[in-house]
Amino acid sequence: MIILDLFLSFFKIGSFSFGGGYCMLPLIQNEIITKNSWITAETFIDIIATSQMTPGPIAVNSATFVGYELAGVLGSAVNTFGVILVPAVIVMILSKYVDKFKNSKILEDIFTGLRPALVGLILASAFSVGKTAIFNIQTLGIALVIFLIINKFKTHPILAIAFSGVLGAVIL
Amino acid sequence: MNKNLKLFLIYLKIGAFTFGGGFAMIPLIEREIVETNEWMEPEEFRDSLAVCQSVPGAIAVNNAVFIGYRINGVLGAIAAAFGVVIPSFLIIMTIASVFTQIKNIKMIDPIFNGIRAAVVALILTAGLKLFTKGIFNIFIIVLTFIGIAYFELNPIIVIIMSVAFGILKNRKEEQ
Repeated sequence: MIILDLFLSFFKIGSFSFGGGYCMLPLIQNEIITKNSWITAETFIDIIATSQMTPGPIAVNSATFVGYELAGVLGSAVNTFGVILVPAVIVMILSKYVDKFKNSKILEDIFTGLRPALVGLILASAFSVGKTAIFNIQTLGIALVIFLIINKFKTHPILAIAFSGVLGAVIL
Repeated sequence: MNKNLKLFLIYLKIGAFTFGGGFAMIPLIEREIVETNEWMEPEEFRDSLAVCQSVPGAIAVNNAVFIGYRINGVLGAIAAAFGVVIPSFLIIMTIASVFTQIKNIKMIDPIFNGIRAAVVALILTAGLKLFTKGIFNIFIIVLTFIGIAYFELNPIIVIIMSVAFGILKNRKEEQ
């Protein structure tokens, strides 16, 4: 049953989505493309771009988008519920123990390995998105130009995305 | 005004106007919760961020649940979470409903392809910003990268493995 499959996938994504934002891309990708082929690699990148241009967390955005594509409004609702369920329960439980939590040794233990792992996750995601998105010298050029302007001139991501669309229209 | 309704409205506003991820909205939330409504002390608010960033989940949603729960129990948490999620939920659903039609227009393919190339740059930038030095860190970064990008391992396994390595490292240093 598609609704149940969707719920379980996004439940899993939510449970391990440490670090927020781009860190969870490989997780989402693994569930919705590699394992289930629910959407194409291109559509996944389009969702990421859309998330950059609209408000809201990327986890919720991709949950809503994939749910809608596969099962309409109900799919969107079920996915969004699935992706926030485990984090919400954990946060409610921990909210009572903030003082203990702040300086706990367990936290330090977990984050020693987790912090660099999240960097690896993001870079792996850049690599996999790159394999789909960069397919000729022009697209490589656009990626380099955008990388340069966001890092050198601190251009806002929304502006950078708009500019890349114009570049695409002109040179592709 | 009813506390739940107030929480819902505050987080609705936050969900509708924060672009660029969870960190961007923290000052906005702090103003609403600490200054305007005086529901929390500044230190308490800052401590709550530590929890929200350390557990899985989107920072925005975690924060809504944390603050909502503190102020009005489970109902408060639901009201705030609902508020913060609703705007992106509606916007993305609207986009998804017209997405296929737009994508089928061949003329705009180049625009899409240009944007996709830019996404690579955005993700790469985010990764490099978090890059940390040190042999152990670089070891884990490389291991995670190869594990996912080359061996296509499940990211969950890679995360658990990295945490285990970190614990081993800390234990070894204590000895």
